[in-house]
Amino acid sequence: MTAKITIKKTFGAILRSASLAAVTSAGLVSGVQASEVEVLHWWTSGGEAKALGTLKSTLESQGVDWKDMPVAGGGGSSAMTVLRSRVMSGNAPTAVQMLGFDILDWGEQGVTADLNDLARAEGWDQVVPKALQKFAKINGQWISAPVNVHSTNWVWGNKAVLDKVGIAVPENWNDFIHAMRKVKAAGYVPLAHGGQAWQDATVFDGVVMATGGIDFYRKALVDLDQNALSSDTMKEVFERMRQLRGLVDDNYPGRDWNLASAMVINGEAAFQMMGDWAKGEFLNAGKTPGDDFVCFRTPGTQGTVTFNADQFAMFEVGRDRQDAQVKMAKAVLSPEFQIAFNTVKGSVPARTDVSDEAFDACGKKAIGDLKEAVASDSLVGSLAHGHAAPAAVKNAFYDVITAHFNGDMSAADAVKQLAASVKNAS
Amino acid sequence: MKQLVDRTPSYLADEKRSDKAIGWMQDQLPKLVLAPSFTVILLFVYGFILWTVYLSFSASRMLPNYEWVGLDQWERLWNTLTWQIALDNLFIFGSLYIVLCMLIGLMLAILLDQKIRVEGGLRTLYLYPMALSFIVTGTAWKWFLNPGLGLERTMHEWGFESFKFDWLIDSEMAIYTVVIAGVWQASGFVMAMFLAGLRGIDNEILKAAQIDGAPAWRIYTRIIIPQLGPVFMSAFVVLVHLAIKSFDLVIALTGGGPGNATELPATFMYSYSFTRNQIGVGASSAVFMLAIIAAIIVPYLYSELKGGRK
Amino acid sequence: MSARSQDRPSQDRLSQDNALRSAIYWRALIYTLLIVIAVIYLAPLFVMVVTSLKSLEEVRLGNMMALPLEITFEPWVKAWGTACLGLDCNGINGYFWNSIKMTVPAVAIGTLLGAFNGYVLTKWRFKGHNIVFGMMLFACFIPFQIVLLPMSQVLGILGLANTTSGLVMVHVVYGLGFTTLFFRNFYEAFPDELVRAAIMDGAKFFTIFWRILLPNSGPIIVVTVIWQFTNIWNDFLFGASFASGESAPITVALNNLVNSSTGVKEYNVHMAAAITAALPTLLVYVVAGRYFVRGLMAGSVKG
Repeated sequence: MTAKITIKKTFGAILRSASLAAVTSAGLVSGVQASEVEVLHWWTSGGEAKALGTLKSTLESQGVDWKDMPVAGGGGSSAMTVLRSRVMSGNAPTAVQMLGFDILDWGEQGVTADLNDLARAEGWDQVVPKALQKFAKINGQWISAPVNVHSTNWVWGNKAVLDKVGIAVPENWNDFIHAMRKVKAAGYVPLAHGGQAWQDATVFDGVVMATGGIDFYRKALVDLDQNALSSDTMKEVFERMRQLRGLVDDNYPGRDWNLASAMVINGEAAFQMMGDWAKGEFLNAGKTPGDDFVCFRTPGTQGTVTFNADQFAMFEVGRDRQDAQVKMAKAVLSPEFQIAFNTVKGSVPARTDVSDEAFDACGKKAIGDLKEAVASDSLVGSLAHGHAAPAAVKNAFYDVITAHFNGDMSAADAVKQLAASVKNAS
Repeated sequence: MKQLVDRTPSYLADEKRSDKAIGWMQDQLPKLVLAPSFTVILLFVYGFILWTVYLSFSASRMLPNYEWVGLDQWERLWNTLTWQIALDNLFIFGSLYIVLCMLIGLMLAILLDQKIRVEGGLRTLYLYPMALSFIVTGTAWKWFLNPGLGLERTMHEWGFESFKFDWLIDSEMAIYTVVIAGVWQASGFVMAMFLAGLRGIDNEILKAAQIDGAPAWRIYTRIIIPQLGPVFMSAFVVLVHLAIKSFDLVIALTGGGPGNATELPATFMYSYSFTRNQIGVGASSAVFMLAIIAAIIVPYLYSELKGGRK
Repeated sequence: MSARSQDRPSQDRLSQDNALRSAIYWRALIYTLLIVIAVIYLAPLFVMVVTSLKSLEEVRLGNMMALPLEITFEPWVKAWGTACLGLDCNGINGYFWNSIKMTVPAVAIGTLLGAFNGYVLTKWRFKGHNIVFGMMLFACFIPFQIVLLPMSQVLGILGLANTTSGLVMVHVVYGLGFTTLFFRNFYEAFPDELVRAAIMDGAKFFTIFWRILLPNSGPIIVVTVIWQFTNIWNDFLFGASFASGESAPITVALNNLVNSSTGVKEYNVHMAAAITAALPTLLVYVVAGRYFVRGLMAGSVKG
């Protein structure tokens, strides 16, 4: 028995040292110039690319070249494959767009950079909300520069369609369903949606919050409490998901989120339940909040915010590339970039000391809501976007949510499976 | 085994070594030429397979981790609903895909073998889908199959109001759209294999049969098709290989959806290893896939290499 | 049979007439069937080509099968030179050359190695050659996803991470199984007597290969090159994992382009880019297609 374990250990040690060798040879093989940042991201859609372009030009004005490494598709899942392959080959990119638990997971692998000197000089600890810091630091060490704070419990509506059908902004869930039935009767698509797992889950975020409230949300989606997961409230959540399924059009499977937004923009559909990145698409299409479109919290969730924050996780790079990396991190959290980026992207700055003056009506509301939620401790991470539970659990949720939404599973079965599937993954 | 020895070219067993002064180098040269390829395969195929097998018993999540956890990951795999779906789908997809490709391929080959005037052109037409990756054609296919944009709308516009084709969005039927696109891609290739097989059949036998007055269909069922045995075998192996590896196809067409209704083991393994941070589960699913492949391919290889073909 | 027809000449003529007529019907049926199937096979490509020549307005309003009312090459120009992938708006042309730089050497090296292997495995057999061949052949069947992680580590150690040379190496390695299979089966049917005679004449290992086998390998080289070229050019998985960014092959760029949508999907540009990405393989199939079946006949099918 002992012999066996020793063999195992030796084998492991050999493999481990081989991978270490790969990581340490990083500096030698990288084809990246010293004054260059290599940025892996999946912001390839119109509004997003435009927003990121401001960071690129900021850095270029400081003499730092931007080596763009876009990997589109799958809400960043393809990009994560590339990242893994790059890290395994000991040739990590300078910065990687990343979300929530992924950052912490990478931090634990010991392959991320140490930004503490910069953070101290810039006073990040004071200006970045605590809930966000949780995802940017590991063991007290800053490893990542937050770009923004998004929230997912939003609904976007086409004003012209609402006016034509004659409905006001709904206050609660029943109003919301009632309004959408009216829209349907008037011949429009009530809910623009794309049948991709993460979009289904984004809607789910809002429905859980609307149905069970903040405490239930925390218990079920953050603490993964088995009782909460298999409760009647959860069953009601799935029943509401089924209601929503009846209000999307037939062509929703596989549709990209921005195409769903386009349906609301064009007046084909009335509503979309989507995070505030959708606003970027509206703005990009030349629409004005209040006049052309309306934004409101998922009915029944006003006062709470389910957030997710895009960050640039900084990876350990050769010493010659660190200077450019620090410059980039600094630029990301600078108030100028935070304003320039977030007004375009539709999100809220990741630092609280930025004035909301430059923001439009929806942006001002988002900033106000965020402040309120921080004050009343109702700011929670979004499950759909990896800020409530780690990737494995998040995907276990995805599996059930999407199987239920797209199939004919009953709410009771869905609840049963959810509990089992979450248990299996955690 | 006897046959093997018999088939070894006789000059190798000859007296050449004694009557000619060929040095050791010259003697070993063939092996030296083969060695790099073989070494590379040993390392990059079998080495990596062993590594994966090890990982399937390890605690790996985010990055490979070499802590031994026994069968934990395997238990997790079998408790995962999506894995069951993926296996069911592989069975549905694999069997339909292979059978349809063979049938359509054989039919096309027989039709093309009737001294068709524009055979060359038609052959290229049937073959071309194989030249395109689904990264390229996926957009067109997705469009085609989407009821609101593609075939259904087109038929409606042409006046067939009741025409309905919404398999892509139906979680029960979506896997069949994957079959359709897959068959579209590979059947031409199978056709080429069968056509090559048909052309290789001895004309004398056919002439004799025709003179006997046997009807064409009987010539095919009784004489020609039985002779295509080896082609069936090759086509089968190629198709199994393509079916199990089908990855681009699913990603481009359905992304595994609606829900996870079209997940296949290849996409399952990919998502667990790379996006779900569960490399251990991904590795165990990979090992399972390899076992399926080995169960099909190894007997085939064995019979091929043992039997000899002449 | 023939005796009976001599007995009844008139009925024989009648049946000949019938036979002729039904033969014509049969041929008409066969042609119709072949053409209908050809149309179905062509449909996706047709949609792609037609769409790429329409303006976006027309794409959105019109029927996808309809011919363009007004032909425009704008989408092609945009896809090639100015379409945005991520933050860079230089089109796909750079990635097209990346793919060529990757595919040509990988196909050449892979084919040559396959030819050598096939030569050794058939004409210079040694003890255990079957096991060696079997193991190389099985390598064709491993799912490539499992090699991504260890391979990136190896590429890192070799200093080939994120380079075109790295990709070439990967494609050569994982193509070896098939290239060896093709050549091995082809050379299996190549008469041993010729090799024997050459040895008698004092020819050496390489001389025999270059002078005797290779010049006679035309058909199988075509098959191997077509197979390898298609697989390598169309590969997405390796390209995306080992060479993203500037050295990415065209499939990766295409994927980025198609997913780099603004609120409006520029289907016409996407289609133009997709066809551009497919042109080299299409060209190979059209030009070399006729040799393909011949090559398959020449051995590989018997596999």
